[in-house]
Amino acid sequence: MVEVKSNGLIGQAVKRTEDLRFITGRGQYTDDMSRRQMVYAAMVRSPLAHARIRSVDTSAARAAPGVIAVYTGADMAADKIGGLPCGWAVKNKDGSAQAEPAHPAMQVERVRHVGDHVAVVIAETQAEARAAAELVNVDYEELPVVVDARAALAPGAPQVHAEAPNNLCFDWELGDASAVAAAFSKAAHIVKLDLRNNRLIPNAMEPRSCIGDFDSSTSENTLITASQNPHVIRLLLAAFVFGIPEHKFRVVAPDVGGGFGSKIYPYPEDVIVLWVARKIGRPVKWTATRSEAFLSDAQGRDHYSHVELALDKDANFLGLKVDTIANLGGYLSTFAPAVPTYLYGTLLAGCYRTPAIYVNVKGVFTHTAPVDAYRGAGRPEATFVVERIVEQAARQLKIDPAELRRRNFIPTDGFPYQTPVALTYDTGNYHATLASGLKLADYAGFAARKAEAAKRGKLRGIGISTYIEACGIAPSAVAGALGARAGLFEAATIRVNPTGSVTVLTGSHSHGQGHETTFAQVVADMLGIPMESVEIVHGDTGKIPFGMGTYGSRSLAVGGAAIVNATRKVIDKGRRIAAHLLEASAEDIEFTGGRYVVKGTDRAKAFGEVAFTAYVPHNFPHETEEPGLEESAFYDPKNFTYPAGCHVCELEIDPDTGVVEIVKFSASDDFGRIVNPMIVEGQVHGGLVQGIGQALLENCVYDESGQLLTGSYLDYCMPRADDVPSFQVMTECTPCTHNALGVKGCGEAGAIGSPPAVINAILDALSGLGVTDVPMPATPHVVWSAIRAAKGRQVA
Amino acid sequence: MHTFVYQRATSLADAVAVLKAKPDARPLAGGMTLLPTMKLGLAAPSDLIDLSAIGDLRGIRRNGDRVVIGAMTRHAEVAASAEVRAAIPALASLADGIGDAQVRNRGTLGGSVANSDPAADYPAAVLGLDANVLTDRRTIAADQFFLGMFATALDAGELIRAVEFRVPKRAGYAKFPNPASRYAMVGVLVADYGGSVRVAVTGAGACAFRVPTLEAALGKQFSAAAIEGIEVSASELNTDLHGSAEYRAHLVGVMARRAVAAALG
Amino acid sequence: MAIPMDLQVNGQAVHLEVEPETLLVDALRNALQLTGTHVGCDTSQCGACTVHVDGKSVKSCTMLAVQAAGTAITTIEGLGSPGALHPMQAAFRQHHALQCGFCTPGMIMSAVDLLARNPNPSEAEVRAGLEGNICRCTGYHNIVAAVLDCAKVMNSAPSREKAHG
Repeated sequence: MVEVKSNGLIGQAVKRTEDLRFITGRGQYTDDMSRRQMVYAAMVRSPLAHARIRSVDTSAARAAPGVIAVYTGADMAADKIGGLPCGWAVKNKDGSAQAEPAHPAMQVERVRHVGDHVAVVIAETQAEARAAAELVNVDYEELPVVVDARAALAPGAPQVHAEAPNNLCFDWELGDASAVAAAFSKAAHIVKLDLRNNRLIPNAMEPRSCIGDFDSSTSENTLITASQNPHVIRLLLAAFVFGIPEHKFRVVAPDVGGGFGSKIYPYPEDVIVLWVARKIGRPVKWTATRSEAFLSDAQGRDHYSHVELALDKDANFLGLKVDTIANLGGYLSTFAPAVPTYLYGTLLAGCYRTPAIYVNVKGVFTHTAPVDAYRGAGRPEATFVVERIVEQAARQLKIDPAELRRRNFIPTDGFPYQTPVALTYDTGNYHATLASGLKLADYAGFAARKAEAAKRGKLRGIGISTYIEACGIAPSAVAGALGARAGLFEAATIRVNPTGSVTVLTGSHSHGQGHETTFAQVVADMLGIPMESVEIVHGDTGKIPFGMGTYGSRSLAVGGAAIVNATRKVIDKGRRIAAHLLEASAEDIEFTGGRYVVKGTDRAKAFGEVAFTAYVPHNFPHETEEPGLEESAFYDPKNFTYPAGCHVCELEIDPDTGVVEIVKFSASDDFGRIVNPMIVEGQVHGGLVQGIGQALLENCVYDESGQLLTGSYLDYCMPRADDVPSFQVMTECTPCTHNALGVKGCGEAGAIGSPPAVINAILDALSGLGVTDVPMPATPHVVWSAIRAAKGRQVA
Repeated sequence: MHTFVYQRATSLADAVAVLKAKPDARPLAGGMTLLPTMKLGLAAPSDLIDLSAIGDLRGIRRNGDRVVIGAMTRHAEVAASAEVRAAIPALASLADGIGDAQVRNRGTLGGSVANSDPAADYPAAVLGLDANVLTDRRTIAADQFFLGMFATALDAGELIRAVEFRVPKRAGYAKFPNPASRYAMVGVLVADYGGSVRVAVTGAGACAFRVPTLEAALGKQFSAAAIEGIEVSASELNTDLHGSAEYRAHLVGVMARRAVAAALG
Repeated sequence: MAIPMDLQVNGQAVHLEVEPETLLVDALRNALQLTGTHVGCDTSQCGACTVHVDGKSVKSCTMLAVQAAGTAITTIEGLGSPGALHPMQAAFRQHHALQCGFCTPGMIMSAVDLLARNPNPSEAEVRAGLEGNICRCTGYHNIVAAVLDCAKVMNSAPSREKAHG
């Protein structure tokens, strides 16, 4: 693999190209678009978490003003529209397949969570559709409900799907149970924890929206949808839901207002708007209200875990065993089975050389909204388990938490490192990020700050998390063997236009990550042309040959690598054309600074001249080359990438109220090489706040009847500007060894590393009071209650 | 949102007449509670009587030992008012902490007080600052005004003209916001009238209420230390996702001490 | 029953006929095609729909269109244009204070109003002043930096139009 060298643009904090339209209100999100003759859909959703549908009376709704049609699940079933497919199949311990119940876009017999889809009303205006949806009269027979994953496994629990006895979707394992048992048998210390990873709601600020359209004269189907992943949406809907050919199916993901995982998947509404558009011959738009988003967007996390760590007398880690129960919700969302298994269990080695690890995960159906990937997807859950138990061990063994980590890190000369849980880390330097993270945080000066805070009546604490994560799921062959039902490559086309400007078609999709800038930096840098000459096109299956979308921090590591490969092909073809023009051998020509130069001479052709020649091929090597200058590449990575880093949280607790104030948060991350440090820092900031949100503020709560208690911003606590501080962030660099850019990915690290740092800091602050655990989110009430309970114990 | 008839009243009498004639009509002040409620389908009035064009419902003036604030005065106007800042800085500070900047630009004193939302800030000020609520037909003392959750002494169709707050020797307001909504989980206004002290709490119960034990202790000695250790009963206080009744009871004490500290500046 | 009304939007006189229940944000987005003002929630919390009504920031999802009769409204489209950015728009780009861009118009409108009220805010005042606007992407760090820097820029250029574009 030949590394891409920077010619100046790669590595620069270039201002974003896309900003100009967003800061002036000229972005085009799905709900900003309309089509001729467009009508509006409103969903009729179940108000109950579990019920049998006795009947659906649509007569009043049909008679309401502006209503064009009302359809039910039975209508959809009669049209033989397929259910939403699951994109990953994990195997049970015994080798059998996971339970995989059907997931129709609208239900016929039974609803399985509040917000489940029962019918759709189509009207001339959005207001008319929403008003008429209230008139659809559904007769439900209420059935018993289970919302908690542990309760769902208990004997006699209400059953979500007949195909999944005891609500068990899968019972999966990874690692060597006997090696772990042996390790525990010779341990000097065993540390145990029971942990809950709280359920979260992604809350991209743009609510989901989609427009379905069908042209009966050409049989062309169009779906405009707020998606991270247009090609995969097309593939899944074309092949499994509609049975229509892909060449007659265009999926467009225009400007998309954030995703964080929740917009990876096809949703029932995508199916419904296109199905209805085909039926009524008019374009159909649906846009979620935020209240609907709370009920119907795929949610995240929701694990219960029991963790045990075995250490020898010198505090070396000997073995780790983890038992996890993961809530999957009422239906299997697209990647739901992968998140608590291959994106979780495989990360339990953390940054440590723990020789034996075993994990058992039970995936469980409940009467709640589906759970799938949310920023970090499995890796925050794994990091929380590892970094909490390591901190617990340090506390129990009275070793400085930083020192215990150093003692157990995979050594810097230990790469590549094969973990006991399937992954091979290609590179890393955990000592470097720990050292710089601690320096950034002034870890050494903490005691003085704690003493000063105590004078003000505040309890000050510091907490560390040294996380590792895995980005860019790969390679396809391995992922396929582990149950993935899709490839995990990325595609790119570099189209050089006759006058030398460049159009880049990428299968990666930007919904805030800044691809239009970063990718243009890479291409412009490689071709030696101004960034303004490079246009990035993404998010439209009608324009882009293929793509696998954006998730798992894969855009630059996989999508960027595909762009590099296609650009190199362009450069090579240009070299052959230049050789002809310069009457030299291609081997004697080097491409530098945007010019093809005959080595050792001043004879050269500019890239633009070569491009022009390719399209006006009057003097052209026709015998060996075709005209034109456009190249494509599909890139399938050899391995994941492994960003890692050290997050240090310092906070103060007001013992009177339980309020936690983060006073300083420092992050030293190793993302490999960095193309645009400004964008990378922005990704870290955003991730940190989502992680801090999980640790302190955010919680998705259902009551026992399956009603969502946190169904709006009045109760689901979103981080606001005054909840968080400014951050100290920096990077170390060990370049990824297997992609040409040396990049690893940075989109999720903030959300992965920060929650345990925050909780460890809280426990540090409260350690003097005898508090040994606080659940997430550590709200003021939770912290105050923990303090009060500990004081009660002390008094008793 | 269901449709309704929209009318812009030009005088208080005009508005009262319409409200009398139409039992399902509702007055529209700032709309910061009513409009979200209507959007969610939780209210569907036949008519909305917009009060914003009634000029004499706005404005702030000092009248002897009272500060009189028109019902349609926006929170931001109260927060920025030199009159209020000079006479009762705690009231300006309270208004400056209601909702967020956008809400303060629209929300009104009268709308908030008439609504008696258990988590609103203004009821603590009305009760703590010994206010009179002046309506189109009478004057209601604060102690008689708040009757329960979203319940006040206002008759159907009765409109607030203004609220007159009694200027204290000193006062302070401390609020513990609900982390998600930012409404008051507990807000305590403490006002020292020289010998007699009023302590009014919002957010913790069904509606704003006074705490006689704290008032008595502060009446003897106006200091945070004077109420240290006085337990507030948790019975009848609210419990929700964000805090138990016990937590709220505890916070009443903490916020009362902070309000006293703020009053002592 | 549609109600006729006159108002100013982005400096231009506009005549609209709106249903009483039409929200200001829907009138802007649908009738006037000013889609830069976004809807991010239905409980008046997120601030994505923030516009200026007579120079003050308002959540246009919590105001009836008819209530805006006779007012002057500024939306993000009227604050500045790609060729003539308002200093706050420029500061957002300079400081990478936006990612997906969805909350950005409302955030910018709030930030402009914030500086109009308090031309020289501290970091804490900026953070508190933006509590009515939720951003899920940026972690606020760069938004705060942009607003603080914009304050400096606007204070050092006193002749510039400061308040509301």
